[in-house]
Amino acid sequence: MPFLKFLYNPKNELESGGRAVAPIQADDNEPEKECPNCHKSIPISRIWANMNTCSCGYHFRMSARQRISFIADKGSFEELFSDVTSNDPLKFDGYANKLETVRAASNENEAVICGYASIGKTRCCLFVMEPNFMMGSMGSAVGERITRLFELATEKRLPVVGYTVSGGARMQEGLISLMQMAKTSGAVKRHSDAGLLYLTVLTDPTTGGVTASFAMEGDIILAEPDATIGFAGARVIEQTTRKTLPKGFQKAEFLLEHGFVDAIAPRRYQRSLVAMLLKMHCGGDEL
Amino acid sequence: MSGEAYEKVKKARSAGRYTGIDFIKGIFNHFFELHGDRRFADDSAIIGGVAYLDTTPVTVIAIEKGHNARERMQRLFGAPNPEGYRKALRLMKQAEKFKRPVICFIDTSGAYCGIGAEERGQGLAIAENLSEMMTLNTPVISVLIGEGGSGGALALAVADRVYMLENAVYSVISPEGCASILWKDSSKASEAADCLKLTAHDALELGVIEDVISEDNMDQPEFFAELRDRLLSEIRTLRADKQLLDHRYERFRAFGRSE
Repeated sequence: MPFLKFLYNPKNELESGGRAVAPIQADDNEPEKECPNCHKSIPISRIWANMNTCSCGYHFRMSARQRISFIADKGSFEELFSDVTSNDPLKFDGYANKLETVRAASNENEAVICGYASIGKTRCCLFVMEPNFMMGSMGSAVGERITRLFELATEKRLPVVGYTVSGGARMQEGLISLMQMAKTSGAVKRHSDAGLLYLTVLTDPTTGGVTASFAMEGDIILAEPDATIGFAGARVIEQTTRKTLPKGFQKAEFLLEHGFVDAIAPRRYQRSLVAMLLKMHCGGDEL
Repeated sequence: MSGEAYEKVKKARSAGRYTGIDFIKGIFNHFFELHGDRRFADDSAIIGGVAYLDTTPVTVIAIEKGHNARERMQRLFGAPNPEGYRKALRLMKQAEKFKRPVICFIDTSGAYCGIGAEERGQGLAIAENLSEMMTLNTPVISVLIGEGGSGGALALAVADRVYMLENAVYSVISPEGCASILWKDSSKASEAADCLKLTAHDALELGVIEDVISEDNMDQPEFFAELRDRLLSEIRTLRADKQLLDHRYERFRAFGRSE
């Protein structure tokens, strides 16, 4: 990504390290994690210090809170709508228990976190989806939080920055989940018609009903390297068509090649890149 | 009631059912088909064009499954590619320009699942329809006549009024898909169908549709005549609505709203 090099400013506070939620100290007994790409075992502290990436360039998945700490200016994030939760509208067999288990395990109460933030001193509305909560699936609460965030951003005339990660619509909420695709799209459209910027960063994986609604509706769409982005699942396509999928199918680079994302943004450049784009759209004529 | 929902799924999929073309022939006069998305291709799974509804010019869009094996192959089993959704959107924009109401007939197991569909942006094509339909400044009525498969169906159903035939189904995922994800066993589709609340009466109860259309006299000429009268009267109501787009937004905004 040589054209992004000029954005990489080591003096930026992003690069100063120590932005992790709770930095893990390196020691002799610390656990290691194997990189699925280069198969090297890396101490957890090193992975964290590199924003959850491996030196080979592999991007590990990361929690929404950790992303917020990487992207938002220190202390600027102000969470909103955390009281909006799913209420099992279909009384779907086993869903209530599942929610309880997932809430306990993930320490979050829904699959997206929304709020006000500043990025490079530009104020915006930020949403970040949570892979550890039913793989970021969109039920009524996710749809409601995102819709409310866009409505608020329209009212306050703020740009929206959104990080997506999702397996799609949450089937346990049936048609109510499906309707969230239309509902969120409507709110994004109103925000867009008001002349406001919406920037999305697609992360691994962004699929199904989220791809087919707010993920692809950004004015500017960035994607993390190697992220899987698509509508139908690759395995389903393979089974249905009985064809071998092309190399790199549904990867971020494949989408760039086919014209569906604006740029691939490695994690360490993301904050300065998003900050610059926000400033360019909201900062007036001053560089 | 165990098993009942899956019976509806089977009926919705059955080969003897009226398809999109039958509804167009039964309800409208002087239908003229308009082809192509002006971007890539003409999708045979979606039929669109202009027609008279009684004496009112309208834009009609229908997902067509085909009646026999040959037709079904040619129509891709009613699974639209991105160019199908883009054709539909082109015709809807045209309808808005000429102040024609839009009437959609939906019958699909879902958007086409294939390599080319992904390469041409299936997700984006659906997303664009959702957001553009939300602000399309002309009345839109959608009728689910068979299967309403997830985003592929919703991409033609962001409407002011949505109706379902008595034996149509509308779901976020196929019962087979749901069963294989949840219980790793696609043979439990019947149980999944019960859980998903996908019948017309369930959809009515959830507020997802305005009304259920009875199939009692489906083989009689009155069936289409009654449907034509209903569409005409709804179009009259919608045309008089000064806040049509606010009401459409609110219609969808209400699902899963919390204050």
